Amino acid sequence: MKAKHQRLWLVVGALGALGGAGALAFSTLGEKATYFYAPSDLKKGPAPTAAIRLGGMVAKGSIQRDGATVRFIVTDMAQTVPVTYTGILPDLFREGQGVIAEGKIDPATGQFRAETILAKHDESYMPPEVAGAMKKTGSVSAGP
Amino acid sequence: MHRYANPLRFLKIARVATPIVALLGLALTAAGLWIGLFASPPDYQQGESVRIMYVHVPAAWLGAGGYLSLAIASATALIWRHPLATIAARAIAPAGAAFTAICLVSGALWGKPTWGTYWVWDARLTSMLVLLFLYLGYLALAASEAERGGEQRGAAILALVGVINLPIIKYSVEWWNTLHQGSSISVVNASSKIAPELLTPLLLSVAGFSFLFAAIVLMRMRAMLAQQRIDARSRRLAEALA
Repeated sequence: MKAKHQRLWLVVGALGALGGAGALAFSTLGEKATYFYAPSDLKKGPAPTAAIRLGGMVAKGSIQRDGATVRFIVTDMAQTVPVTYTGILPDLFREGQGVIAEGKIDPATGQFRAETILAKHDESYMPPEVAGAMKKTGSVSAGP
Repeated sequence: MHRYANPLRFLKIARVATPIVALLGLALTAAGLWIGLFASPPDYQQGESVRIMYVHVPAAWLGAGGYLSLAIASATALIWRHPLATIAARAIAPAGAAFTAICLVSGALWGKPTWGTYWVWDARLTSMLVLLFLYLGYLALAASEAERGGEQRGAAILALVGVINLPIIKYSVEWWNTLHQGSSISVVNASSKIAPELLTPLLLSVAGFSFLFAAIVLMRMRAMLAQQRIDARSRRLAEALA
């Protein structure tokens, strides 16, 4: 075997071992690297007492405003969590769009008290006219 | 491949190719950004801020794609010991680092009006920041090894180890819940969730940024080869005078 073939197999082998080590590391890391929990994740175990991030869709027709306080329901289409938040909302906070709330679950009421709200948008981009036409056919959620 | 690994033959081709590639890059980038910034419709959700995409997405693809080419050049340098491969790797690294930095900065500026924050430590944003650190680490190590007159094997190994970050960046939005949205474009399925009016300027600026990246790499490789010849000549001169 020529020296360069030896080096080729050494590099291939080392990359394979590295990939295996990476896969093992990530299977252990698993859920810990997640940025937020969906309502279904929260309902699986006992209600967490520490501050967490809750993510999902703002349920349609669930937004209620009371001065600077807003109440809405976060859903992942399987489970829902009611959220209250006082403060300024990001521009893209809308019904039917993604949202991430940072805060704690109030153990007395089961309400999620958010300290911070981030808007999460999906991967579709289109002009408003196209979205308007698609909204009529019901294949896209409401725009601004 | 060995045919083109000859530095003299490479220089002959690169001398002709550099201006063509650079002009193509400038023309396509100008067309993509012109249509993207002025002659394309806003997004139905984000409005005008979607236009940051025409800089952010090409920069992100070249940051990651540049790292893949850095790793291929480093593997070639390690296995076949081509001096030109080492030069290619060192030429690619700063360009890739610059595009990664553009991606991070434009992403932060895009995040504020859409998500409501410049930065979060989610898997996509964090892995992209790690990519920038990998580039910077490679640059520092390669520079110090070159100063000592080595073959920069340590830097090449670092470049190869960092490859593990590329699938993490790509699949971070699928493996974990992230604030960053999922992929809009699937190259494998040749499908996209971006309307054609917005996709055309995006693809133009991706093509333009790619040619510009290639032009920067060609220019840097030519400059490094010229520097090597100057060094060799002044060494010979010094020996003759001694």
